[in-house]
Amino acid sequence: MLADAGWFSIACDVAPFRLSGTVYGALLNHRSALAALGDAASLPPYNAAPVAPVLYLKPRNTLALPDSVVRIPPGSPELEVGACLGLVIGRTACRVSAPRALEYVAGYLIVADVSIPHSSYHRPSIRFKARDGYCPLGPAVTARAAVADPDALSIRAYLDGALVHTANTADLIRPAARLLADVSEFMTLAPGDVLALGAAAPAPRVRSGQTLRIEIEGLGSLSNRFLDADA
Amino acid sequence: MMRARVAFAGAIHEATPAAGTPERLQLADGRIVAAADVVWLPPVDVGTVIALGLNYADHAKELAMKRQEEPLVFLKGPGTLLGHRGLTRRPAGVKFMHYECELAVIIGRTAKRVPRAAALEHVAGYCIANDYAIRDYLENWYRPNLRVKNRDGATVLGPWLVDAADVADPGNLGLRTFVNDQLTQAGNTRDLIFDIPYLIEYLSGFMTLSPGDVILTGTPEGVVNVMPGDVVVCEIDGLGRLFNTIAADDAFGR
Repeated sequence: MLADAGWFSIACDVAPFRLSGTVYGALLNHRSALAALGDAASLPPYNAAPVAPVLYLKPRNTLALPDSVVRIPPGSPELEVGACLGLVIGRTACRVSAPRALEYVAGYLIVADVSIPHSSYHRPSIRFKARDGYCPLGPAVTARAAVADPDALSIRAYLDGALVHTANTADLIRPAARLLADVSEFMTLAPGDVLALGAAAPAPRVRSGQTLRIEIEGLGSLSNRFLDADA
Repeated sequence: MMRARVAFAGAIHEATPAAGTPERLQLADGRIVAAADVVWLPPVDVGTVIALGLNYADHAKELAMKRQEEPLVFLKGPGTLLGHRGLTRRPAGVKFMHYECELAVIIGRTAKRVPRAAALEHVAGYCIANDYAIRDYLENWYRPNLRVKNRDGATVLGPWLVDAADVADPGNLGLRTFVNDQLTQAGNTRDLIFDIPYLIEYLSGFMTLSPGDVILTGTPEGVVNVMPGDVVVCEIDGLGRLFNTIAADDAFGR
């Protein structure tokens, strides 16, 4: 089931009680992701490692519920799924300081950042990341108080039940509070907005007929089946 | 018909131009109010904001030789939106901040895999956009990055939503920008590399467009640096004039 535009319902028993539908994410924020680029990060077209957070936006047509089916378009044998911890903003966050940033967080959820695999971070087409249903979220918003330390959560992904990916939020270049501080310096986040902290590399690849389950310590798991668009 | 969304006396109202004078507005409840007494908001409840880069070739025909295969598209969030007559911040120390006058297309009907020939049936109307950029923050990662293009209050929309039925040919509209009354930018939507029907066909081919989604179609050449105190007016044939003032950090408590 796809969350339709403007309406999105996953369990959210902490204020602001519902998601706004705006989802931002950071790329190359996990050490393994930047390391995977190696020397290429300092060569054309990039010329230098990123200074500010590398951010993207998942528009409302991408939002999807737990257990939704993700469609693989013709010509793409597989999709890539970034397994991310997402912050759910609880209070308007403008120019927050890192030491106080987590006070602006209502809770946490799992974000599956689905893409058609692409190698360029320079100016990639949005058709890789902005397709309908390419941002499953869930399974629920876990209150901030229930998570002792967002910077020490293990992330695991299972493909048809087999462990294929392990990461930990301890390896983020900008941990949760730092990223929120840096982002809110120039763009205000509103209650219900989600900020995905960034996936580790290599991200799991998923083919038609397979089910990917992402598990984050303390947050439960988010499971989605992948099928060809015409299946 | 042209409609604005304004805040007045404690509520948000739909407003239309009052007969006979540009100084007054008529609220949906019938009240006539001075335009100076309202706060102008973006004219629609905006959903996804889709913006085009490098979509004009009017000034450099040679660019047509290396025609892009695919539009350069980026996305913007809701926090960057601002209404007519608002203030946009220029941070201290930046060297190059510029406006971009653009035709904004407001989607009116859900569009999924819409062919070019049917594309315009999905348009509710049009408005003017001023899509500011701060070049100093440009990096070569996910260009143009959000620090350049998605800053608070740096995407101005308005003043009016003009019904599609009242725009005879969105593919032939003159655009102009004035900085402190001096013409600095001029172009025409006939020079769009990817025109509106193409953009709707292209985008709806992979993402469902919903009512309230906005496509900013790109800007022609003629962008110049703007400084605190500058009044920037973007004008499009038949759509009105969109005012914005550049302000320094102190106006924002920084």
